[in-house]
This record gives sequence, structure tokens and C-alpha cells, in this order.
Amino acid sequence: MRVEGVAGSSGIAIGTAYVYQNDDIHITKRIISSSDAEFEIQKVKQALCDSRSQIECIREKALQKVGKEQAKIFDAHLMILEDHSFLEEIAAAIKNKNLSAAAAIEQVVAQYAAMFAAMDDEYMRERETDIKDIGDRVLRNLLGLPPRGFDHLMEEVIIVAHDLTPSDTVLLDKRYVKGFATDIGGRTSHAAIIARTLEIPAVLGLKDITSRLNTGDRIVLDGNTGEIIIDPDAMQLDKYQKKQKKFSDCQAELKKAAALPAVTRDGKRVEIAANIGAPQDIDIAVEYGADGVGLYRTEFLYLGREQLPTEEEQFRAYKAVAEKLGQKPLIIRTLDIGGDKELACMRLPQELNPFLGYRAIRICLDEIDVFKTQLRAILRASVYGNILIMYPMISGVNEVRKANAILAEVKRELYQAMIPFDENVKVGVMIEVPSAAITADAIIKEVDFFSIGTNDLCQYTLAVDRMNEKIADLYQPLHPAVLRLIKNAIDASHRHGKFTGMCGELAGDPLAAAILLGLGLDEFSMSASSMPRVKKIIRGLSYETAREIADTVLSMETAAEIINYTVAALTKLGLWDAEGEI
Amino acid sequence: MRSESVLINNPTGLHARPAALFTQTAAKFHSKIMVQKGDKIVDAKSMLKILSLGAKQGTTIDIAADGPDEQEAVGALVSLIKSGFGEQG
Repeated sequence: MRVEGVAGSSGIAIGTAYVYQNDDIHITKRIISSSDAEFEIQKVKQALCDSRSQIECIREKALQKVGKEQAKIFDAHLMILEDHSFLEEIAAAIKNKNLSAAAAIEQVVAQYAAMFAAMDDEYMRERETDIKDIGDRVLRNLLGLPPRGFDHLMEEVIIVAHDLTPSDTVLLDKRYVKGFATDIGGRTSHAAIIARTLEIPAVLGLKDITSRLNTGDRIVLDGNTGEIIIDPDAMQLDKYQKKQKKFSDCQAELKKAAALPAVTRDGKRVEIAANIGAPQDIDIAVEYGADGVGLYRTEFLYLGREQLPTEEEQFRAYKAVAEKLGQKPLIIRTLDIGGDKELACMRLPQELNPFLGYRAIRICLDEIDVFKTQLRAILRASVYGNILIMYPMISGVNEVRKANAILAEVKRELYQAMIPFDENVKVGVMIEVPSAAITADAIIKEVDFFSIGTNDLCQYTLAVDRMNEKIADLYQPLHPAVLRLIKNAIDASHRHGKFTGMCGELAGDPLAAAILLGLGLDEFSMSASSMPRVKKIIRGLSYETAREIADTVLSMETAAEIINYTVAALTKLGLWDAEGEI
Repeated sequence: MRSESVLINNPTGLHARPAALFTQTAAKFHSKIMVQKGDKIVDAKSMLKILSLGAKQGTTIDIAADGPDEQEAVGALVSLIKSGFGEQG
């Protein structure tokens, strides 16, 4: 059977489904007869024991993959699991109140969580998350449900989930995860972005795929066409194995061409940079011939942990990437949290409208200590490479001035403490709010560069929630309104002798690349896997032709017209074929 | 039965790593060991219970042990707290 969704990340996966349940657990059976008490206590002991071996295993992996700091949190988990009073209190609730094992665990965990939450101490309040996390794990083991996250995976699977959040994917291991299939989401949802960074195929927006599949089902996932085949027959398997081989051969060939510079036929050089989300991503980016990093997302340092990252820890993460890049530019984006990204280490309020709420630079200008710690770490790392700082979610010139004043203060402190840093470190802002794009001429006076974030710019300009499938057709990054805002920002920066890059998804779209090149975009930053195709378009065009394309589309009225025209123009030049493959 | 009062002097108090070290040390002894802060008395071998005291820098706690190695137990825990758990300041 065939199910159609949205192609989120290219490639073919053939394998076994792993249906991931990350929703809350509901316990139905609560009261037991007293003769069952001993049996229920045995079940609790077994669940605690299983939880312990899982955490030990995750702790090992965390130590190898992300280091000591993040592994420490699992030490605390182990100590709570081994705490005899934890088991004793659960056992007492079973014996004295005739509660079922699950209900007793739930009750004891809730008591501790409430106690920690009520304490007048930041550190202790954060223990609430620990105890809840442990309670969740023990309950899942007790009820025979698979644990949260994918740290326990020991064999190759294709993950099938309703949706995936950053905390689900923080410790994801590419050796075992061969693809994603989700009920909701589109090309710009977190799951798609992570899949492209890791170079694993993904199909999203499959509506009810989690209820159609069971863990262990054989499936084929085609991330090029956005299809899933459930229980493929021998003929289909054969067809997709061939397609998989062809795809990897093609990728290998494109990678070979990656070393060539991004120069147009008439000699205009642009930069092709990588978007990265963790220090290890830099290796793939370099392999694909990145000219630098146009977006280093720093959220990975803050996600899935209980305490804010220290200055030292951040410094090491930034320095590691800066050193690998040498003199190539590394644009570090300051904390971009809120919106769809939640943090365990900062208590952010639930909001009715998070994308229009307390997020990114708005939080940083409020939680000045958090911001200063990050800026200090970035500045200290700046002597090890070519680092640029970028503020997200700027809506007007005032925010830039405030952020720059804090940066100046941090520089002064470092200077007084005689700690070395690059005094001329360049500062830029993301252009992702329409008001910033419109007032680009004022903002550029305060900074050295722009980087356009098309995902949010598109969502805010067109008033379209990118996660809502019912209006997915309205999400048009090539809408004339979006293109005009992009042009306005690029032109403003050039008038002041400065540059504009783009780190949104649009920069990695080969079709858009032709238009953006013509609009004068200086730097294209994208997932490593998108680089070869974009480079091929840029190397195949002359700047003159690209400018003609851009001029023509700027006078058009709809995204559809713009796409049709550009496809036709590129097809004529032999850079595009009917299937969209080049 | 032996007991002794001690002032918590390290900056983090009986939290995080200090609480872990404290309970791990307590667990090495056979005696029953209790910790009292104000009117709260808890088992010294339970990390959750020790954390629940919320004992910060500047608090005084009583450590009481009862059993074959009570003297060594109280001595070890008191000197651990006095050492400041190796924290600076």
C-alpha cells in the first residue's frame, strides 16, 4: 500500500518501522486487592531495574557523543533510581492505599515533583524535571511502552512519529535511524531540518501514518517523491533498491563536484555556506565543500538539559568549530529559543501565540545574564578563527542598539580582565520579521551584515503557520511580497558596502538560487546536502542571466507565475528537467 | 547512638554533587543514619530525602547514627561537610 506525504529530505530508506509514542501516559487501573500487593511491588522493582540499565546505556553514549557535562544529568537520574526510599514509598502506597503499581509510582513522583517545585531555590526547582523524567521512564517500562527518545535503539529503524521535537532528536544516532515518517509537518519543520542535516531521508505530513503502522512493519520510504510503501512486494523492493543505489551514486558524483568554487559563468563569486546545529555537523559541511558556516545554531547547548550551559562549555563548542574552519567565516547565532522550541533549563511561560511572543533576542534582552554568558563565550572563541555574531528575531533598530550595548559591555569586561578576543568581530542580524526587512536601511547602519531567515520571514509576511497543513499551499517562499522584502534588505546592505546572506530553507532550493543570485545575494547558507545542487545552478548560470530572471520575476504577481517562469528559463538553459532533477 | 551538629559552609549547600557525595558516603556504613534540619528528620542514605531538606549554605544540620559503626559514620559525614566538598569559596 502507498501513502503520500511531503518530501522532507531526499534519499531512499528500506527497513523496519519504529512507531514512536511521545504523548503522555494515561493510567486507568488504580485500585488493587491487597493480595496482589506483593506482585505489584515486584513489577515496580523490575521497572526500576530496566530503567537503570537503560540510563546506564544512555549515559555511556552521552559521554562519547556530547561529553561529560551532559552525561552528568544521567548520574543524578541513576541516584534517584537507586534510592531505596523511592522504592519504599512506592511500596508503601501499594500496600497501604491498595494502589496499582502504576498509580503508586505516579503518586510518589507527583509528591516529589510538587515538593521540588515549591522550593525557593532555582537548582532545586529544576529537579522537578528530573523526577518527572524518571517517573515517565519507570512508568513506560512498567507498562511495556517504548521509552521516549531514540537513545536505546540498537538496530536500524525508520522512525514513525506524530511529530519530532528538538528534545526527541538531541541524541539521535545516525547508525540506527535510517529515516523519518511523520503525521504532521512540512519541509521546514524541525524533523525535516534535522533529517537534511543528518542526510537521512524523510517524508512528513502523512496525516495518520502512526495509526497505520506498527513497530516491526516493513516499509519503503522515498524522500525524493514523498511516498511511503507499506509491506512492499518483491517487485517494489527490487525497484527501490535500484533507486536507492542510483541516488547514492548520484550523491557521490555531486560531492566530487563540491570542491569547485561557486562562480557564475561570467565570473561572479558567491559563498556557499552551511547551516549547522552541533559541532559534529561541521565535518559533513566541510566534506561538501562549504565556504564557511552561515548559521551555527547554538540551541543544542541548551536543549534537553536541566542547567544552562556554562561559559566554558559554550566557549569549547564555539572554539572547536572555529578551529576546524580556519579563516573561513563562522556565523554564530545567539540563542534562538521560544516559538516552537522549549527549554528545560529556562522556565518559559506557555503562550497563546508563541511565534509572536517571548522568544529569541526578546528573551536575551530580558535575561541579560544568559545573553552575556553566551557573548563572552563567543568573544573568547573569536581569537581561534573568523567568527561573526548574529542576533535572531530583530524587529527594529532599537533591539539592535540594545544588543550592541550589551556586547560592548561584555567586550569592556573582557578587556579589563585581559582576556583576549577579536575586537573587530563582525555583528549582523537576521532579517526574518517583515518590519526589519522594510526598515533594513536603518538597521544596516548598526551592523556589518544581514542574513535572511526565510522560514519565519515567509510565515510572518504571509500570515501562514508553516506547520498547518490545511493552509500549506499558502506557504510560498517565492511569493512576490517575500521576494520584494528580500530585495529591499539586499539593496540596503549593498548601498552601505555591506553584505547579505540567507540561512533559511529557501537558500538551499535550486530553483530559488537562480532568482536570489540575480537579486544580488552574497552568501547562500543551507544544509550540507543541498549544497551540490545549488552550486551546480550557480556554476551553470551567468550573473547577467540571473539578473534578467530576477528582474522579470519581480514584476510578476503570483508565486505560481514566478515558479513557472523560472523553471522554463532554467530548462531552456539545460539546468532543469521535467522531474525537477538536475 | 552518636550525633553531632555541623554548619554547611560550601556555596551550593547540600545540593547537586554535594548531596550525591553525602549519600554515597552515608551508604558505606552499616549504621542507621539520620539527618535533622529544623523539625525535619530524614534518612541520610536517600538522595531524594537529603535534597528535600533544601539545606543551603549557612544552615546547621544534626547528623545522628545508630549501629556498629556509628562513630566512624558521624565522623566521616561531618568532615565531608567541613571539607566544603572540595568547592571553592
